[in-house]
Amino acid sequence: MKILVPIKRVPDPDTKIRLQPDGSGVAPDGVKFSVNPFDAIALEEALRLEEKLGEMDLVVVSVGGEEAIETLRVGLAMGAKRALLIKTNADLDSLAVAKILAAVYQREQPDFVLMGKQAIDDDSNQVGQMLAALLGIGQATFVSKLELVENHTQARCTRETDAGLETLTVKLPAIVTADLRLNEPRYVSLPGIMKAKKKPLEELELAALGVTVVSRTKILKYETPPQRQAGVRVKTVDELVDKLKNEAKVI
Amino acid sequence: MANILVIAEHDAGQLKLATLSALGFAAQTAATTHGVYDVLVIGAQMGTTAESLRAYGARQVLVADAAPLQSPLADRHAWVIEAVVKQRDYGIVVAAASTFTKDILPRAAALLDAGMLSDVVGVSRTDDDLVFKRVMYAGNVLATVTLAGDLKFLTIRAAAFAPVVAGTTLSPVEQIPLPAGPMPDLAEYGGREAKVAGRPDATEARVVVSGGRAIKNAEDFERLVGGLADALGGAVGSSRALVDSGITPNSLQIGQTGKIVAPDLYLAVGISGAIQHLAGIKDSKVIVAINKDADAPIFEIADYGLVADVYTAVPELTAQLKQ
Repeated sequence: MKILVPIKRVPDPDTKIRLQPDGSGVAPDGVKFSVNPFDAIALEEALRLEEKLGEMDLVVVSVGGEEAIETLRVGLAMGAKRALLIKTNADLDSLAVAKILAAVYQREQPDFVLMGKQAIDDDSNQVGQMLAALLGIGQATFVSKLELVENHTQARCTRETDAGLETLTVKLPAIVTADLRLNEPRYVSLPGIMKAKKKPLEELELAALGVTVVSRTKILKYETPPQRQAGVRVKTVDELVDKLKNEAKVI
Repeated sequence: MANILVIAEHDAGQLKLATLSALGFAAQTAATTHGVYDVLVIGAQMGTTAESLRAYGARQVLVADAAPLQSPLADRHAWVIEAVVKQRDYGIVVAAASTFTKDILPRAAALLDAGMLSDVVGVSRTDDDLVFKRVMYAGNVLATVTLAGDLKFLTIRAAAFAPVVAGTTLSPVEQIPLPAGPMPDLAEYGGREAKVAGRPDATEARVVVSGGRAIKNAEDFERLVGGLADALGGAVGSSRALVDSGITPNSLQIGQTGKIVAPDLYLAVGISGAIQHLAGIKDSKVIVAINKDADAPIFEIADYGLVADVYTAVPELTAQLKQ
């Protein structure tokens, strides 16, 4: 079985995001980068499937500049077999990335794709769904439980929705996007890092993939949203009730 | 200028209130671009739902009403949206952000080769284009964005746009037949877990009471957080910590990766206030924090803070409110 896991390099979730004074972007100084947490969950799920079903061809793919090699190495250290970097320094929006991944999919012909439901930098939550549409295959988004059924031709998924947990059985190949509760990804081990150095990491220029993409989204300015100010401290429950009734008038 | 298609969201026919904010966005945007807006509702036995959408100024209420559309399957919903957009002339397709619309809209956008912006919180018009504001980085960054192309897909944050006000003119209803060609059959819906009855959804409630790490178990959550919510006729929510420890179900989680809420009153009970949680509550009108730890970050954004043990303060508060 072959699973493709797209992973993205994003600022670590614990990094405090600071902006360039001119609003042109996020200030790079002191920002630590890591694998997008939802993508790490997707990769962990693929690794667990491999542990359960036997050896697989587990491919991690990233789209970006040279710096994404570091991200792919983390994926290899976690246990992926090989890595593929689609090299580009262009700013790409979700549809552009989905088109690139669709070309990667055609090249790799995986049994299915496991990826994070959203990247925690742009928070768009679009690429998986767009990729499924471009390929004309099914999708199961926001998945918190995954089970292969019917002789591995379908994935029975539990999805986290606003209204509660839903179950959905999707035909494979499909795009499955991981939510927070799917699993807890393993830490990268030292032997894992050593092994990763010997695993194949292929770099391919975007042009060589045969797709031309344009990014229609253009960010004109980054700013810090208006901050809420700390209000008052009350000393007792009585005082709180009084404030809510007579000052805020919300109860 | 370009017309707008609003995708309505409903739960088994019951219209989600956030749809009215998407219509509010459409009304506001159509007014500045001299366009009109339609609203599309997809499902089975949608007669009453369609009726409930007629008072909101849409040129037409479009109804794709067929048994195979009963379940919230992305492949079929995106297929219907694709067909409707191809038959008519729209420049924008918009819905209020939710797990339902985030599942189907990007799929429909890609079928139509259109770009998409998620979680739009503002819109303005320049010479010949629309400029949007959207949040990124767990709500820590507000970006000003343009989206090129004759067709744009958007989800909007319901809290950022005033709901459309009902008028007296009723929009005509038009039935949309199922698109020609084979119906997508890529997935099978297996149903949804039974919902805890009796309390409103946190995204729609006027009051939300949320519990965090200070709550020790499910019984205490129900007694303290549930009890206070019931005294206020509100919804319950939870921080990620309680979901991770199995005390509350996933569907209660509020924050960057959970629900985004904007009630009149948000009561954070024993929540420390991680940035991912704050991202989901920032637009609340009044935030109250009750926490034993005087240095908890939640106090930095709370309008009213009470440093107290939730196990004593919350029962006292609930008792006072019941009087």
